[in-house]
Amino acid sequence: MSIILDISQVDMEFATPSGSFVALRNVDLKISKGEFVSLIGHSGCGKSTVLNIVAGLLQATKGGVILNGREIHQPGPDRAVVFQNHSLLPWLTAYENVELAVKQVLGSRMNSKEIREWVEHNLHLVQMDHAAHKLPNEISGGMKQRVGIARALAMQPQILLMDEPFGALDALTRAHMQDSLMVIQNELKNTVIMITHDVDEAVLLSDRIVMMTNGPGATVGEILEVNLERPRDRLALVNDPGYTGLRAQVLRFLYEKQRKVEPIHSAAQKKPGSKKRSAA
Amino acid sequence: MSTLISLTDRMLGYPGFAARCKALLHTLLQEVAVPLFGICCFLMVWSLAARHIQTSLGTFPGPAAVMEQAQNLVVEYKEEKQKAADFYTRQAERTAEKLAADPNYVVKVRSYTGKATFPQQIVTSLVTVLSGFAVALVLALPIGIAIGLNQTMNSMFNPLIQIFKPVSPLAWLPLVTLVVSAVYTSEDPAFSKSFINSMLTVALCSLWPMVINTAVGVASIPQDWVNVSRVLRLSWFNHVRKIVLPAAVPMIFTGMRLSLGVAWMVLIAAEMLAQNPGLGKFVWDEFQNGSSNSLGRIMVAVLTIGLIGFLLDRTMLQLQRWLSWDKASASR
Repeated sequence: MSIILDISQVDMEFATPSGSFVALRNVDLKISKGEFVSLIGHSGCGKSTVLNIVAGLLQATKGGVILNGREIHQPGPDRAVVFQNHSLLPWLTAYENVELAVKQVLGSRMNSKEIREWVEHNLHLVQMDHAAHKLPNEISGGMKQRVGIARALAMQPQILLMDEPFGALDALTRAHMQDSLMVIQNELKNTVIMITHDVDEAVLLSDRIVMMTNGPGATVGEILEVNLERPRDRLALVNDPGYTGLRAQVLRFLYEKQRKVEPIHSAAQKKPGSKKRSAA
Repeated sequence: MSTLISLTDRMLGYPGFAARCKALLHTLLQEVAVPLFGICCFLMVWSLAARHIQTSLGTFPGPAAVMEQAQNLVVEYKEEKQKAADFYTRQAERTAEKLAADPNYVVKVRSYTGKATFPQQIVTSLVTVLSGFAVALVLALPIGIAIGLNQTMNSMFNPLIQIFKPVSPLAWLPLVTLVVSAVYTSEDPAFSKSFINSMLTVALCSLWPMVINTAVGVASIPQDWVNVSRVLRLSWFNHVRKIVLPAAVPMIFTGMRLSLGVAWMVLIAAEMLAQNPGLGKFVWDEFQNGSSNSLGRIMVAVLTIGLIGFLLDRTMLQLQRWLSWDKASASR
């Protein structure tokens, strides 16, 4: 498989009133075409920062990201982002939200009929045709996230970046969304980077799980290959020894090797990590 | 009471009917009866207090006297309308006679120049306030967007806005009057100077809430929406048109409602001094007139001004409900 994305020795520092804060140190990661990679780690470890650097929304202090042989300097539709809280524009319907992206990205190559068909195709892909003309605040959280995914897919990105796409959803909706995503992924074979802090989600969806160490100065800790056969069925996997073994490895990394040492009383206070998250 | 309700329920064979009637009754009481009671109390206190206030123009008018003056104003309006109609019939008759005597007669139509009636003054006031408001809106939107988008612009303009915002219309008016007299010199002016003066004063005073609210609305767009725009690589113009403006619409409407309220308040004062033939001039003329009816007529004007101000605000709110995507911000 050819390397499509090369994150090369990336450092990220943020200027804070009390001096500079090193969020990432020497992050190195290569991603092949068509690969589904999960980034997992404790909250505040810089997962979102990595994603935002790849998206071009943040500029790395040192090192760089190369996509298809070109260094990334700014955001673009070739790296479509599915935002954590859907980020649909509330004054546009589901259809119009996707249409805005399609017109902007592919408008020069498509006529109005093709645009309409492409928008409808992508809404159909995420099973949202029935609510295409509803406003975001008229549909549920899961449906909004579906539209967010449709908007990202419609841009025909080289790589799809998902920032905790199902983090805000309830467990049942989340499971349903994961299944839908697997079906879509099976069809489109996109290259995906997904941030998650759900161990099951990571094992179920990924080809590789990148486990990050705790910040400050977070970096790639271990990388786990997930060699489970596709298509994967969450019920069949529950008792699969391969699945449970992988799951145990991730858990061991997170709770033994990278145990978050955090006294209870300070847990509610703002950590430098949480500040960084909001800046990202 | 509860036995009565269950009894009616059983009688109607339709459970929930009585409960619904009760809810309706409660709504009627809360939305109609209680406000009416409030108004009645006010009328009583007004009526009692008015009897004890002696002015140089006689006793302060109570509700009855004001009602009488309101009727007088309607009568005067009808009389004036009749006079105008008569004037035009007479003119038409004379023209016809002259044309009969001399076929080459050039027809001259003179318009009726009677004194402005109360409804005409209301219309003048509304036209003036809406023109002033429109001028303010056209100026405020671009300024507000520019300030909201750019921190440097904000730092540059913010002190100026804070200084000009609290200035009273009465302070602006002499300046506006003199400048308009010097600049607006046309042989055949389309608008009277008093109209221009009042309108510009209204615009100057109602500009600020819209500028501030637009700027705040634009500056407080969620970062996520800005990121969407960046990922899509929207051009600056499309970013403003497709993301910034719609996102700021709820705040822009809030500013517009505040501004329209300010505009209507300012207008009355401006019309008094500028002698624009609207409600402000009506109040001023009645004050100068000093007849025994004047206080009652001023009171009619006061109530009319209040009512129109209320209606303007409601209209704006309704407009916001129709046009803004954020229905929650238009609930009150």
